[in-house]
Amino acid sequence: MSQGSPGGSSPRAILRALETVRDPELDKPITSLGFVASCTVSADGDARVRLRLPTYFCAPNFAFLMVADTYEAVAGTPGVRSAAVVLEDHFASDSINAGVAARAGFVASFDGEAAAELDELRAQFLRKAVMAGTDQVCRPLLASGITPERLRELTLADVPPSRELDRLRQRRAELGVPAGDDALLLIDPETGAGVTADAVPLHLRRARVTQVGIEANTSMCAGMLAHRYPAANGGLREVRDPGGPEV
Amino acid sequence: MYEKDGEKYFIVDSHMHYWNAAPDNWVPGAEQYAKGWIECFHAYQSLGPKETHWPIEKFQKYSEDDLMKDVFEDGHVDVAIFQPTYLKEWYKEGFNTTERNALMGEKHPGKFIYNTRWDPRDGDEGLGHLRKNVERFGSKGVKVYTAEWNAGSRGWKLTDPAAYRYLEACQELGIKNIHAHKGPTIWPLDKDGFDVMDVDRAASDFPDLNFIVEHVGLPRIEEFCFMATQEPNVYAGLSVVIGALMHARPRFFAKVMGELLFWVGEDKMTFGSDYGIWEPKWQVEGFVDWEMPDAEEFSDYPRLGTAGKRKILGLNAAKLYDIQVPAEFRVPAQAGTPAAREDAQLVDDKSQPVTGA
Repeated sequence: MSQGSPGGSSPRAILRALETVRDPELDKPITSLGFVASCTVSADGDARVRLRLPTYFCAPNFAFLMVADTYEAVAGTPGVRSAAVVLEDHFASDSINAGVAARAGFVASFDGEAAAELDELRAQFLRKAVMAGTDQVCRPLLASGITPERLRELTLADVPPSRELDRLRQRRAELGVPAGDDALLLIDPETGAGVTADAVPLHLRRARVTQVGIEANTSMCAGMLAHRYPAANGGLREVRDPGGPEV
Repeated sequence: MYEKDGEKYFIVDSHMHYWNAAPDNWVPGAEQYAKGWIECFHAYQSLGPKETHWPIEKFQKYSEDDLMKDVFEDGHVDVAIFQPTYLKEWYKEGFNTTERNALMGEKHPGKFIYNTRWDPRDGDEGLGHLRKNVERFGSKGVKVYTAEWNAGSRGWKLTDPAAYRYLEACQELGIKNIHAHKGPTIWPLDKDGFDVMDVDRAASDFPDLNFIVEHVGLPRIEEFCFMATQEPNVYAGLSVVIGALMHARPRFFAKVMGELLFWVGEDKMTFGSDYGIWEPKWQVEGFVDWEMPDAEEFSDYPRLGTAGKRKILGLNAAKLYDIQVPAEFRVPAQAGTPAAREDAQLVDDKSQPVTGA
């Protein structure tokens, strides 16, 4: 596949950038969730991305975050001259698309219906992502025979490297709680403080139910998306290079 | 009634519907919402077994005969509880009103319980309607949908002062059961509409009412679990859990069941088919056959035995609605496994919720 015109960009480069955009609730990239309906870029670097969601009534605040994050990711891709992002088939498509295009923020886009921007909502779901990530990192450790008491003493550097650990560290850094080598593995995502010995079993149970909730929601969303867009198969409807073949 | 391997189950379908979402009932100017809503429901149906899928035309408006056959004749249900959803901003006569349900149900005495509904934004007029509906239909329960749109508003919370007036009215009128259903919109829109913590507070402030959180607070299962552990009058409505996960995602179904059995317990879980989204037949039969898998990842979840299945499929809801259950279907008082009390205690002792919702 070509890399686009000199000075321009390519759909592949844009898709790579979109891998950093996540559904805040499911904590997964919109690219792997099948939410990117199409992605094209002209020879001059005018990029067009269309997004779609599992239902017409998906929560508008999460939808706004994904469209806004998509806009930032596309606009920040080297070689992109202009970015246009459109959310399809959603009850609030018009407000969201117009608001993101004008870079107006959530409150202005939903005049009279919203009281604040979405930073706190984002942090709230990052805390859930940290809890769920804690389960993903801790379960294999527990299965290998490490006791809950010992888990409490481990730092992030003590944990064997894994994708799950990288992800947990990244979410913790994003949330602004300790994420360095010397940070404890088990922390309260509200405060960043360690967990007391008697609270460890409950902490791990909470981490686990949070992870189960995210898995169950993700599986339902995938099923609904497949019903709504039968041809999608979780993939892209259309990805075009200027004059190039579809991938 | 359902019988399998010599065990008899009394089935109460505690969450089902009789709607009209066909184009003849769409409000002019709001067609896109009416269409979007029913298409969203139809997508949920796709998560059930293929042979139970309906074409969208039937799904928009199924008949009385369809319902009687699917729910009672084929579906093993003994008593069904209608849960109305009005959505009058989008549907001219409402999506699924108390009147529509009762008009049909009156022809089949003893089969149905008519729950009604309220919306705190309807003020004094709504209180009057509630009173009339209780007199007319004998309602012992209400369905409340917090994401309903109403005159420019995009939702409400159970802790709103206006909602407390209605909860007080429920107590006066003899309504015992509040079925709460969360949705994507609420005012203000920047807050999480699915947040269930308002149910927590209302349940503490109204200890004589039962709060059945439908769809177990999906997509906020974890918040619901923490909350239900602490509140003796909060129940898990399993509609959608069985319908959307048991067939399509058995592994996640087992995990969600495991979490619910651990945090909430089999005494506080109620079956609801969510008909016409899913037919009860495959849900009842599949649930009776279901067992927690043996793999390591499920090893520390509680198991569900016959006594627990009897409770979930009918006995728990029968207790909430004072439905007389013949002796052959009952279970001894202490049978089954309640949720882990020592863990419930731990949650009680913790003042700060970890996820800060």
